[in-house]
Amino acid sequence: MGIAMEWISASMKAKLISFWRALFRDPIIPFGLVSLVLLVTLAIIPAKDHFSEWRRYQRQYLRLIHDRGDSVTLERHFQGGIRQIWLPELAVADRCQTCHTALGEASLGDVSTQPFRTHSVIPHRLDEFGCVICHRGQGAATTVAEAHHSTLAPEEPLLPARYLEASCGQCHHVALPGTPNLNEGRDLLARRGCLRCHAVRLPDGSRMTPTDNPQPITHIAAKTTREWIYAWLQTPSGYAASSTMPDYQMSEEDARDISAFLIANSEPLSGSSLPTPLAPSKSAPDTAAGATLYRESSCASCHAIGNAANNMVGGDLGQEPAPELAPEPGPELTRIGSKVKPEWLQSWLQDPRTYNSHTLMPRYRWTPQQLRIVSAYVESRTDPELLAHVHLQPATAQQIANGKALVIEYGCAVCHEIRGIPKPEAYAPELSRVGSKPLAQLVFITGMERTLPAYLNGKIRHPQAFGPGLRMPQYTFTSEQADALTTALLSLTDRSFALPSRLQIPAQAVATYQPAGQAGKLMAELNCFACHRINGRGGDTAPDLTWEGSAVQRAWLDAFLKNPYTLRPAMIRHMPKFNLSDSERAELTGYFVTVYQKPDIDRDSMPLSGYSPALVEQGRQLFYSKYSCQSCHMVNTQKDKGSIGPALTNVGSRLNAAWIDHWLKNPQALRPGTIEPNQNMSDGDASALTAFLMAQKSSGAREAKR
Amino acid sequence: MKRLLLILGTLTLTAGCATGCAHQTALAPVLQATATGSTIVESSGGKQLGTPGAMLQQPLVVQVNDAQGNAVTGALVEFRAAEHVTFDPAASLTDSSGQVSTTVTLGGTSGRYELTAASTDKSGKQFDLNITELALGYQTQLGYELDQKYCARCHDQVSTPQRVSNYDNLAVKPPAFTDGDTLNKRSDSDLTAIISHGGPALNRSALMPPYGATLGKPDIQALIAYIRLVSSPPSRIAGLVYARR
Ligand code: HEC
Repeated sequence: MGIAMEWISASMKAKLISFWRALFRDPIIPFGLVSLVLLVTLAIIPAKDHFSEWRRYQRQYLRLIHDRGDSVTLERHFQGGIRQIWLPELAVADRCQTCHTALGEASLGDVSTQPFRTHSVIPHRLDEFGCVICHRGQGAATTVAEAHHSTLAPEEPLLPARYLEASCGQCHHVALPGTPNLNEGRDLLARRGCLRCHAVRLPDGSRMTPTDNPQPITHIAAKTTREWIYAWLQTPSGYAASSTMPDYQMSEEDARDISAFLIANSEPLSGSSLPTPLAPSKSAPDTAAGATLYRESSCASCHAIGNAANNMVGGDLGQEPAPELAPEPGPELTRIGSKVKPEWLQSWLQDPRTYNSHTLMPRYRWTPQQLRIVSAYVESRTDPELLAHVHLQPATAQQIANGKALVIEYGCAVCHEIRGIPKPEAYAPELSRVGSKPLAQLVFITGMERTLPAYLNGKIRHPQAFGPGLRMPQYTFTSEQADALTTALLSLTDRSFALPSRLQIPAQAVATYQPAGQAGKLMAELNCFACHRINGRGGDTAPDLTWEGSAVQRAWLDAFLKNPYTLRPAMIRHMPKFNLSDSERAELTGYFVTVYQKPDIDRDSMPLSGYSPALVEQGRQLFYSKYSCQSCHMVNTQKDKGSIGPALTNVGSRLNAAWIDHWLKNPQALRPGTIEPNQNMSDGDASALTAFLMAQKSSGAREAKR
Repeated sequence: MKRLLLILGTLTLTAGCATGCAHQTALAPVLQATATGSTIVESSGGKQLGTPGAMLQQPLVVQVNDAQGNAVTGALVEFRAAEHVTFDPAASLTDSSGQVSTTVTLGGTSGRYELTAASTDKSGKQFDLNITELALGYQTQLGYELDQKYCARCHDQVSTPQRVSNYDNLAVKPPAFTDGDTLNKRSDSDLTAIISHGGPALNRSALMPPYGATLGKPDIQALIAYIRLVSSPPSRIAGLVYARR
């Protein structure tokens, strides 16, 4: 048995050897070769690991810190090998710190070579959020190219630094102080009509809402001529440089037919509330009086006028400090006289709401005489060149019908109310997740950088370049505005929807506060909310009036409404003079004093006068030395100069003592966000200062006392 | 077989050379200086506050002068900076008023950027001008916003129509936040003290109000980071400095 086995194996061996010999002549050489190949193959694996980019960076880093004074600490912090932040809830597995070894090393602030820079200070912890949530890129990759530049199907490259604020916007749907580009971009989306065509849904289910206020064109024939419409449609900027209507680069034929349709379709203004036309004036227009009225009425706060040097003057209410809270500016008036019909202008100035029930323009209470002066003053802004070359033949039925078809095609009714044209739904693609749109779904223009940010930016700046027949019109955005809009769009990501809802900070709900009764109606007519905020609704350019009834004395409020003036010496702008009647003022002051009261301030708990001279003197000391209030306020116009806060010369006739007392102790509790610093004032100091301030009465009030 | 390989190799080589050369000429348009000056001065566009990775709002304009201080036309100016900063154009000849204008795009990180504009005089020696630009990160941006809201009206002498300066009205003059000679001497803890508790905290005027009960700790840190960033001469603790290479 054993012999048989031996014989078989021996003969096998002999056969194999002869086979081998037949193949190669000498057995040693190929054997050596094969083992060598095997060895090299095996060595590749550790060598590849050893020579990998990230190991090289880690060795570089160790060399870099070796000679520094704090090398011991730095070396102790250093962890070799692949480092990973793993946050399953956020779908983050980031290995960036494998190469970016010094992100948290404040003492390496002077190192400027990547990947060893420290991270600038941000309000979040790296180990709670990882890297890719903000920077995008491939967190799990371990080579530079894959981590930073990969554009494979579901993957995305790093977000360019200038759009980085977009990442904050994935969770923060309210404006943050440190993200001006994102805030501006969102504001532009809402103000420039983008949201009228494109829906944007947020992760909490709410929708972004437009805040612009496009004109209805239902009664347009009452307001302007077909010639003006024709010129405007072709080049809106030819009429108003600051126009926010996009340029459709409309052909002469289209403009001819649309203007024909709009005029033919216009409904005459009717109704009992229509203002009665004024009798024509006999005398020549009084330009000086016009200028005075224009100024007193603060028209320039909302309306810009181009001056002789072609600079825009006025209309700057929306420019500071937080544009998103400022009112929408009114239309530019540089060439208004070449646009509107005189009788329309007069009736508009008498009561704007009979023409447009949603307008933001206040209804001034001008006398017929004042109306004539103001409208003549405004009407004198003309441009004889504007329509000099427009000569239109009477419209044909065919042009009118074609105009209607064009109005539907251009989507005019998305923004404007037009009789008989329904508002189109979903006119343009929804943008709720546009910040994660895969490259494969984008059509690039040749020569363009193939990235999502470049695509969005290009589309915003030159939509027509992406192909004829696309419906998006040409806007006039500066390159900063286009960057801001791109930032806002890039914040609308899939990830934003996937992140846990505990991280989402929802946008502030649009406040819908509406004052009641007759006073509420008056406040709507005067559009107080354009500048003032009450109970969370309204603008930021004038004081918050939520607690105005606790703050001011009734007699002062009545006098102020009658003749508004600037409380802040350094402010040029002031509240417009509305010419309210006595009963209207009584209505408003009554409402303010009873309704806008802060419950914990008892107006009657402190007297308006009669404080002891000693207390007043103690207050004076505190005012000028300990608290140095004169750095921002003046009490004595001869001596004090501070011009940041309101002048306090008459404050004892203006404010209630209890309000001053509360204010001094915690101003932000009464008006959140006020810049008056909270001085942690003691009760004793506050009452002495209150006594001193209440002693500052206007001479009129002092005389009345005697 | 061998011949085929040889032909293929030669072809690849020539093709490579050709594209390489074509590339070279495309990259370096030859700019020849037609004149030389002896100094460069900044006309405008330095010390801007920008966004990392974005173009600065204003172009950077420098002027080349000769020894008598007259503007020189046709001098070659080259702009240089650390990597990631780009200039458009990176080199150019001065125009008829002796000026060169370039748009600057900063690198992707916040901090201080040191740029150089260089030219050569008639002996071929280089002379240059250093320019600083600043990129605001999250924290320094916050500091900037807070400065604009709370501090600038006293600490900045410049008035705008929207914001009239209160500087002239103050009996004790506050230092501008760019005043490195004064503020670099203050430690972070001194700055925190005076901002939180007002001037009297450091035996200074009470015209400097306390903000400790109005602003939070991160706000005050942001203000200090911003003050350190904008100071000139630069603060040692200014954080990142991207030195020119
Ligand atoms: C009402 C005007 C005013 C405002 C507002 C103001 N400051 Fe001042 N500040 C001053 C004055 C005046 C001084 C000089 C005090 C002195 O030298 O005695 C000063 C000094 C300082 C100093 C100390 C400078 C030094 O030499 O050490 C710092 C820091 C400072 N302010 C920061 C701020 C910050 C931050 C803000 C905003 C949050 C601010 N200030 C707002 C008036 C103001």
